[in-house]
Amino acid sequence: MLELLSFGPNGWGGQLLSGLAMTIAVSVSSFTLGILFGSAGAAAKLSHSLILNGIAELYTTVVRGVPELLVIYLLFFGGSGMIMAVAGIFGYDGYIEINAFSIGVASVGLISGAYSTEVIRGAVQSVPFGQIEAARACGMSRWLILRRVLVPQTLRYALPGLGNVWQLTLKDTALISVTALAEIMRVAHVAAGSTRQPFLFYTTAAVLYLLLTTVSTVAFEQAERRANRGVRRA
Amino acid sequence: MDWELMWDSLPRLLGAMPLTLLLVFAALFFGAGVAFATALLRLSGNRVAETLTAAYVFVFRGTPLLVQIFLIYYGLGQFETVRDSFLWPMLREPMWCAILALTLNTGAYTSEILRGAILSVPLGQVEAARACGMSRVLTFRRIVLPVAIRQMLPAYGNEMILMVKASSLASTITMLEITGLARKIISQSFAVFEIFILAGAIYLLLNFLAARFIKYTEWRLTPYLRARA
Repeated sequence: MLELLSFGPNGWGGQLLSGLAMTIAVSVSSFTLGILFGSAGAAAKLSHSLILNGIAELYTTVVRGVPELLVIYLLFFGGSGMIMAVAGIFGYDGYIEINAFSIGVASVGLISGAYSTEVIRGAVQSVPFGQIEAARACGMSRWLILRRVLVPQTLRYALPGLGNVWQLTLKDTALISVTALAEIMRVAHVAAGSTRQPFLFYTTAAVLYLLLTTVSTVAFEQAERRANRGVRRA
Repeated sequence: MDWELMWDSLPRLLGAMPLTLLLVFAALFFGAGVAFATALLRLSGNRVAETLTAAYVFVFRGTPLLVQIFLIYYGLGQFETVRDSFLWPMLREPMWCAILALTLNTGAYTSEILRGAILSVPLGQVEAARACGMSRVLTFRRIVLPVAIRQMLPAYGNEMILMVKASSLASTITMLEITGLARKIISQSFAVFEIFILAGAIYLLLNFLAARFIKYTEWRLTPYLRARA
């Protein structure tokens, strides 16, 4: 039975491995996109503009309150329609098809971004205001304060929360298998169907995910230790 | 936007709400039992029990819920022994598989919430109870558990909302709850945005109600924190 997992011509090892690579690629891309969305969302929530506040609030409430699967379905079935409508405004009437990878990254990134928004907002707020004042007193411009004081400090405070968001993102990528993108879950599903060994392949998928989550837990612990190396501990 | 279609589909989608609610309530109900047992075993001091429960929590928190659902629904049926056992009539039904997967999933997460809450009960209170001559069981029932439950409410509220969202995964094993039905309606009408927005709104409403309910329970359980009139 285990030869089904081998790398030979009858084994699914190679496909599972490329599925693993695809899961990592989608997770990293979505997480990065999520941090971009999250930074924009946090900036909007902390700004003094009521409109920006409202938009960011709507974004986090809706995306966090609706099932992830629904968001993925919406972009999967409605995504090209949306893009074509926008292209239509600019005078392009052809058919536009978006590949499953982009749809997956866009939808999981959107979800990840909603959670990152809250994490980053909290982290920005926990930077002591005295430091900003001190930087201002030194004559730093707004941009310089952002680069030298706010962002490095925020990163340190946000790291534990972002670690949690990363784990969520990693597990959410399993849902992209509904769009037939060949990540771990999809490969396991196809292999289970064609070999009639569902237990074997879903267990393998579970083990691969456990591997990813365990490695990332350790990696984030290391990163936290490194980020906090300048902090005095009682 | 086809408002008429949205209006006409609303009763159909609302008709799927009882199934979603059933999945959520069943999972939360059984999950609470699993979580309670798991948390107690993890704190029991018995090495074997601690290792087993830690492994259970590790596996179910470290893998996506979708894997767990597929493993139970498609995976278990592969074995002759399972198909011959008395459990098969239940494990054959997607409904029970979904409830089982959701239960085990929320059980793992909730047990960690409960464990943290139990550990956060101030030791002084336990000492005081012991000094009053209470037995271990009585201390747990009268002192530790009530304090722990109040402590865990906000985190448990998040878990309830996660379960409402997680119930949508039951649609991947052919269940026609809100998400499943929404997909079915879309395959007939091709109105992607209208129907998914409607379904999303129903989920938002459910989660809003869940959040209010938790807030209210918190308020009820902490009379001493309220401002005195």
